Amino acid sequence: MKKRYTISVFTEDNVGLLNRVTIIFTRRKINIESIAASDSEVKNVHRYTIVITETEDLVKKVVLQLEKQVEVIKAFYHEDDAIVYQEIALYKVPTDILVAGKEAEKIVRSHYARVLSVEADFTVIEKTGHKEETQALFNDLEPYGILEFVRSGRIAISKPMKTLTSIVEELENEINN
Amino acid sequence: MRTLELTRSESKPETQTMSGAQAVVQALIDEGTELMFGYPGGAIMPVYDALYDVEDKLEHVLTRHEQGAVHAAQGYARATGKVGVCLATSGPGATNLITGIADAQIDSTPLVCITGQVHSHLLGTDAFQETDVIGISMPVTKWNYQVTRAEEIPEAIAKAFYIARSGKPGPVLVDITKDAQFEQLDYAYKPFGGMRSYQPVSALNSKAIEQAAELINSAKKPFVLFGQGIILSGAEQEFKTFIEKAGLPAAWTIMGLSALESDHYLNVGMLGMHGNYGPNKLTNECDVLIAVGMRFDDRVTGDLSRYAKQAKVVHLEIDPAEINKNVHADVPVLGDAKASLKALTELVEPKSNEEWLACFRALEREEREAVINEELNPSSPIMTMGEVIDEINTASKGDAIVVTDVGQHQMVACRYAKFNESKSMITSGGLGTMGFCLPAAIGAKMGCPEKEVVAVIGDGGFQMTIQELGTIFQAKTAVKIVVLNNEFLGMVRQWQELFFDKRYASTTMVNPDFQTIVKGYGIRTRKVEVREDLAEAVAEMMMYEGSYFLEVLVGKENNVFPMVPTGASVSEIRLK
Ligand SMILES: Cc1ncc(C[n+]2csc(CCOP(=O)(O)OP(=O)(O)O)c2C)c(N)n1
Repeated sequence: MKKRYTISVFTEDNVGLLNRVTIIFTRRKINIESIAASDSEVKNVHRYTIVITETEDLVKKVVLQLEKQVEVIKAFYHEDDAIVYQEIALYKVPTDILVAGKEAEKIVRSHYARVLSVEADFTVIEKTGHKEETQALFNDLEPYGILEFVRSGRIAISKPMKTLTSIVEELENEINN
Repeated sequence: MRTLELTRSESKPETQTMSGAQAVVQALIDEGTELMFGYPGGAIMPVYDALYDVEDKLEHVLTRHEQGAVHAAQGYARATGKVGVCLATSGPGATNLITGIADAQIDSTPLVCITGQVHSHLLGTDAFQETDVIGISMPVTKWNYQVTRAEEIPEAIAKAFYIARSGKPGPVLVDITKDAQFEQLDYAYKPFGGMRSYQPVSALNSKAIEQAAELINSAKKPFVLFGQGIILSGAEQEFKTFIEKAGLPAAWTIMGLSALESDHYLNVGMLGMHGNYGPNKLTNECDVLIAVGMRFDDRVTGDLSRYAKQAKVVHLEIDPAEINKNVHADVPVLGDAKASLKALTELVEPKSNEEWLACFRALEREEREAVINEELNPSSPIMTMGEVIDEINTASKGDAIVVTDVGQHQMVACRYAKFNESKSMITSGGLGTMGFCLPAAIGAKMGCPEKEVVAVIGDGGFQMTIQELGTIFQAKTAVKIVVLNNEFLGMVRQWQELFFDKRYASTTMVNPDFQTIVKGYGIRTRKVEVREDLAEAVAEMMMYEGSYFLEVLVGKENNVFPMVPTGASVSEIRLK
């Protein structure tokens, strides 16, 4: 059965690695639903957070093929309930729909969204949450006219307690003895 | 080895000022390279210039095409167990390497490929002969890296060799911009000491070894499948001791061929699509399947949903990504085959499994009567590929290295060639690259000059890299070339006959006179058209000192059997 999985890939911070990571997915024609790249808590360790919907069996194989890459330090996969995750969405809307008392203003409040910037003709609203939540705000605002919309890739922190630092230390010890 | 590296790196090595190009050449020498293959061009000229000064230490063989260079490097690596090295220029030179790199990747052959690249300030501008070889080669290399500054060269080359040869070997590519080749640096050689993100071999898991031994000891019908992992880890002796102690019938993938001598009493033959009858049938009857250094390729397994479902599977494998990839392993044993086999042998009980072995022999008799006898001693005057291979066996006594191309002759050569020593069969297994044979044979012969090297090629594949006759001519390589001419792209024609109503679309070959062509390269030639001449011609070829070209006209519409049709289960193997 296909499910949504979040794959965290920890790599050396080298040019071209993103490509090496993504071709593992594209060669199996797996659609990457979202991808986010950033530093990690360990110096020179980069991380990618990748969301796909596939069977667990396939995800396992992909994770092993990711780890097989020479510059990939470690890869993990998790179901949604094993991680804490967020996405951020930005919405650009006409400022006049938000004038006090109008419906749209109530919508923004009820979604606990933040106003980032107000200009004479447009306003940028920010909403952080799960995709369902950012999408719900999108759906509610849509009738009023959304000028521009963007959502980031998912970023996620796993619940299990083994730290990246300890994993990296173990691997570094391997080389030294 | 690691302590050695540490002490070396502690004592500060003396440096020497040189150009990037000289550093490339020096690093190759420091890594033990004695022979390399390549083809020059603009972006790699500084390296060629540096090679000119060290011709006595590092021989460079000029091939006739970069594909020839990379296949020759593969042949060299497969025959010697060393890292194959090849060199090419940017753009078309680099792209011409790709087929061989992909071949080396899927067949785990250690290669270091060095390509020239345009000046770093021109990268990304569509400069003359600029091609994104890093991007193109990424899916087919174990690792690749672009050097844009000379000071990166010593470490990049050392790392390339380390990655290519360690763990599960594979091809790496180092792309070096022309300005980095010209730039000066302070060179000091330092072997690469490893990296945290790459653990080439997992530590032995004694729990897994115990579980594997338990399964093997309780088995009534244990069956071993072995692949190239045995050869790559140098575990031939450990493997033999293991199967002899536990009395295990052992069958090989074509990549594992020659790891165990052909006439060993436990060698029960070839697996897969055109493999032997017994090992294919009995895969679905064994109770414990022990896979050693093989990866359950679909050409070996046939329909996976009907593959060895009755058996418990033990998988000895170096690459974690291969465990459970195609076949579920009840007991995965990660690690290097040599170490794993040694540990496992201590725990297995001595057995002979006579009755079970007899099952293989019975099926072998069936296959002999239905297929083998007719292939090796045909009743018709039309010659078969099998009898040519058999004559080579007679002349070589199993001591030659046999290199094949891809097609019917490949399957026949794998089925019938006999070997006494490991690393004696060199064939393009995973990629099935036509054109592989001739250049790979050149590399094999140069790596093992004391051995007889016989290249067995179809008339189709011969013409894919026929230009390498020029390399043989120039380098005076004593390769024995046997073209089995059926005037067809035989293997494809066989499929058309069996599965496409004999509609021979684009598989007939109107061939030139190979004798005339080969003579032009100063190579001794002979053509055999009737059986009466065959034995004597093969004997003459094998006795001849220099290179020799033997063309044999074989049956045009002969087929290779047995056969597991695609989509069928291994136990549905057809004898005709
Ligand atoms: C580069 C490449 N192109 C196409 C194929 C597909 N193919 C596999 S076997 C074969 C026929 C080979 O014919 P030949 O070299 O005459 O050998 P034979 O099968 O007759 O022994 C072809 C075309 C291939 N394996 N490699």
